[in-house]
Formats: sequence, structure tokens, C-alpha cells
Amino acid sequence: MAVAGETAARTSPAVGPARVASARASEPDWATRHRVRLIVGLLLILLPTVSNEFFLVQVFGWSFVLGMIALSLMFLAGYGGMVSLVQMTVAGVAAYMVAIFGESGIQTISLGWPWWTTVPVALLIATAFGTISGALAVRTAGIYTIMITLAIASAFFYFTRQNYAIFNGFTGFNSVLAPHVFGVDWRAPVPFYYLTLVLAGASYLGIVYISRSPFGLALQGARDNARRMSALGFNVIVHRIAAYALASLIAAVGGVLMVWLNGQVSPGTAGVGPVIDILVIAVVGGIGDPIGPFIGAIIYVILRTFALDVLVAAGLPGARFQLLIGLGFLLIVLFSPDGVLGLWARWRRSRVAAS
Amino acid sequence: MSGRLERVVPNVAERLSAAGTANALELRGVTRMFGALAALTDITLSVRPGERRAVLGSNGAGKTTLFNCVTGDFPPTSGTIRFFGEDVTDFPPYERIRRGLRRTYQISLLFGGLSVFDNVYLACRGVSRGRFSLLRPRRNEALMQAAAELTEALHLTAVKDRRVSELAYGQQRQLEIALALAGAPRFILFDEPAAGLSPTERSELVQILTSLPAHIGYIIIEHDMDVALRVVESVTMMHNGRIFKEGKPEEIEADPEVQELYLGGGHV
Repeated sequence: MAVAGETAARTSPAVGPARVASARASEPDWATRHRVRLIVGLLLILLPTVSNEFFLVQVFGWSFVLGMIALSLMFLAGYGGMVSLVQMTVAGVAAYMVAIFGESGIQTISLGWPWWTTVPVALLIATAFGTISGALAVRTAGIYTIMITLAIASAFFYFTRQNYAIFNGFTGFNSVLAPHVFGVDWRAPVPFYYLTLVLAGASYLGIVYISRSPFGLALQGARDNARRMSALGFNVIVHRIAAYALASLIAAVGGVLMVWLNGQVSPGTAGVGPVIDILVIAVVGGIGDPIGPFIGAIIYVILRTFALDVLVAAGLPGARFQLLIGLGFLLIVLFSPDGVLGLWARWRRSRVAAS
Repeated sequence: MSGRLERVVPNVAERLSAAGTANALELRGVTRMFGALAALTDITLSVRPGERRAVLGSNGAGKTTLFNCVTGDFPPTSGTIRFFGEDVTDFPPYERIRRGLRRTYQISLLFGGLSVFDNVYLACRGVSRGRFSLLRPRRNEALMQAAAELTEALHLTAVKDRRVSELAYGQQRQLEIALALAGAPRFILFDEPAAGLSPTERSELVQILTSLPAHIGYIIIEHDMDVALRVVESVTMMHNGRIFKEGKPEEIEADPEVQELYLGGGHV
């Protein structure tokens, strides 16, 4: 398909309508995809030459971080059929571990380990946490998976808020900063932007690649028909737990970046609000494709950053910016159950059909 | 056709000899309850390696439940199941499949969101190593070749990139059979493979079944006598969850009790 699509796209644009009949016309063909990826990638690499520091970090950096955490949900929900609300909590665990094992403003608790031990330990613990949560959740389906993962997320929130010995309770940790490595100050806007860009890009391309690997295909098979997967020789439960492990690693990397971006972590970082935000981001962007969560994250961050100004300019109370986000979410889900990507695919189809 | 399937489904003669004189399938006192309802009562059944047998009976006789017990989809409430001498009663389905058991489903259970080729590839991958591999398969990988040959053998090459949910019904049934032939099957359970097929597709099905390598035995549930009795050497009749007659196809056809209970009872 990839080869056929490529030649078709190169030889003549007139084959467009003919492809509508083909089975995968609903998906943009691979050649176009590669081109779009390359162009977007280049633009993002060149962005620091034109953009100011606020945009680099507070809009794009933040979007990449949230996108990675939402990507881990997309992987589980889109390919595995498991809607896990624990992904933001996994990121929260990683963030806390960075603060606890590394350096922070709370010197009575933080151990002050160097980054090269802190970060692997944080990733390991957060991934283990996500995998165990997954092991608890995989025997359930649908609404029950959502309930179990939400329960774990809430439990973590209340636990961190009440535990002062390790998690420093309500206040959490501040002054958690990205390290100096190779003579580069990674907390400076441009290096931090590139750090998030590279890691987000790597997780995106990694998930795209894995979706066509035996592991990814089997995960999608288990989503479509778990009983048949078992009748083909697959241990579906173990496969799903492994999917949680992989998704948790991505969420954990997102969590490390998140604590460096914010400089602090507190119970609210992974409270029920942010947990739901990740779901909103993934669904608004579209859970059918790994790029969806990043599109959702950019929309979310832009709304979050500028809704207040828009509201104030319109003479409305700025505190109502959540209302605008909620309305946007409602509209997208109402008009396109498969998110912004679904809207785009439909627009593309109608354009092809019209030509 | 025959030669192609011989190649696709590798010979496992050495494994058969290792299994000695054990039966392919040996059920002892298998009972399956659904609440207070006995779907299967005290089924005792032996099938030799390479034997081909039909299971006949009216709706609700317990034929599909029998299959579900053998594959482990629903484990039996009591009794034991041996597969080539090994007690698999408490094995999960995937462990039985990895030992060479295969089945097709009455209502196609396929992966609608994946392409035809991906379905076949998954079936090949499921019974070999590397199920957790994160590396994409290379085009010349052995399993890719096996999947391509299986797709070809079942006349699905023309639609191999189509999503399964978009396939015609007959093609979905073909794919269902392709999945059951992946790897090195030793024994296959066919659950009404001819249901809903056109006459041409039925004769193709008969051809596929008769051209399977001789060491592969199977049990077929089939309402269509023309299909069922042409592809088997023995018949088991079931009624109300019990076996009530076993014999050769011609004996069963001639049996007055069978005629009254089943063949006379408005079959297709």
C-alpha cells in the first residue's frame, strides 16, 4: 500500500478520486504523511529563530509535554481500547520522584542526587507504578477501566496531599530545575524547547513505528477481538500490561519534563482536573492517530493561555476561561466524535469527492 | 491447491511420532454447566491423529459448547481434556493454540479494524516467537512469507490490504479458515464453515478441507450434509448435550433414529 500510494501520488494528481474507492482512502496516504511530517518537523526546528521565549516554552514546550502524556493515553485507548485515566498520575509520580531524589527548595526531604541517577530512578518508579495500575485495570473493560484508573489517580492525589514525610503534603516541592549538562543550561528557554521537541518527536515517531510492529498489531487485535487473539496463541492480559508499561514510560518522560517546565510539583499537578484534561486533550485531538494528542495539546494550551485575554477583551470575567475550554470540547465532540483529526479527514474527503 | 497447502502447513510428522499412540483429542466425562443448565453432559470422545469427524445435531445440542470446552474459551465444569496425550483441561486458550490446536468460529471473529494481511500475519505470529517484538517485520521475514502464502492459498491476495470490516461475507469466512491454518496446526475445529456461503464457495471449501495434509485431523460442525459427509470419515451425533450415536457417515445416514431426530427434522 505504501509503495502503491507513493507512486500514485507522484505520477498524477488526477488519481485522487479513483482512490476514494480504495479501502484506505479515509486515511491520508503515506507519501503525503511523510511530507507533512518533514515540513512540520523543519518548521518546529526553525521556530526559535522567529518566536519569542514565552511562546517557545509556555505554548510549544508545554504542548509537547502535555501531548506526550496524552499520547500515552492515545496509545492505550486508540490501539488497545483501554481508556486509562492514570496517565497524568504516572507523570505526576515521575515529577515527584525527580523532586524527591534530586534537588528542590525543600531540602529537608530532597536527597540531592545528581540528574543522571535521579532521572532513571524517577522513570523506573513511575513506569512501575503505571504498569501495576495497568495490571489492576486490564481485567476490566470499558467504564470499569475508567473507574479503576480514576480511583488510582484520586488516591494518589489525596495521598500526596496528606503525606508530609515524603510528598510534603499540600505544598509539594518548588525550585525543581532542569540540570546543566554538557555546558548547556537546559532550563534556558531555547535548550528546553529543543529538549521537549526532541523527546516529543521521538515518542511520536516511536508510537507510529510500534503501531505496525507485531506488538502494536497484536494490541490492536486484542482491541478488536480479545477472545480471538487468545485463540491465535496470544496472552492478551500480559500483552495489555506490557502496553501499559510502554505507555507509562512515555508518560513518565513527560512527567520529568513537566516538573522542569513548571519548576514545581504539588498534589494539584496530578489532581482530578489535570487527569481529565489529558483525556480532553486526547479526545479533542483524536485518539485514532498518534498526532492527535499533540494537536489536542496545542489547542488546549492556546485556549488556556489566551482565553482569559479574549474574555477580558470581550468584557466578561476572565476567571471563566475554563468555560471556553469546556465549550470548545463540547463543540468538537458534538461535531466530530473522532476529534479534530476526524474533522480534517472529513474535509479532505469532501474536497477529493468534489474535485 | 493440495501442493500449496502442503507447503503452507509444514509437516509435523516428527512431533506426531513423539506423541506416540496418544489420541489427538481425548475427552473424558466432560460436563459444562451454565448455571443450572447442562449444556454438555458427560461427553467422552476420542479422536485419532489425522482423523476427520463431523459433529451433527440440532440447534442447542451443545456442538459449539463442545468446541468452546476443547479450546478453553469456556473451560469444562468437570471432566478432563487431553490433547495429544497432554492434559490441557486447565490451560488457557492460547496455550492450547500454541500446542497445535486451531479453531474457526461460527460467527466470524476477526479483527475488523486491521487489514486482511495483518489478520493473517497476526495468526502466524501468535503461534511463533516474537509476539512482543517492537520491531516491524521485514518483507522477506519467514513469517511474512508464510502469511503471504496463506493469503494466496485462500484466494485473498487481491483484497489483502482491505480492512476486514469491508470484506464480503464469503471472504470473511475464507479469512476465518486462513487464521486457523496458520503455523503448524495438528488439529482443527471448524464451526459451521459453510454457513452462508454460495454453492461455488461451498465447493471451494470442500476442496480446501479435502486437500489439507493428511496428518491434520479436524472436527467439523456442519448443517449442510453435502459438505459434512463428503469431508469426514466418522460422525458423532449430539442431542441435548449428550453424544447419542457415533459411526461412519453411511451408517449415520441410514440410521432410522437419526433420520427421525435430525435428518427428517427440516434440515437445509
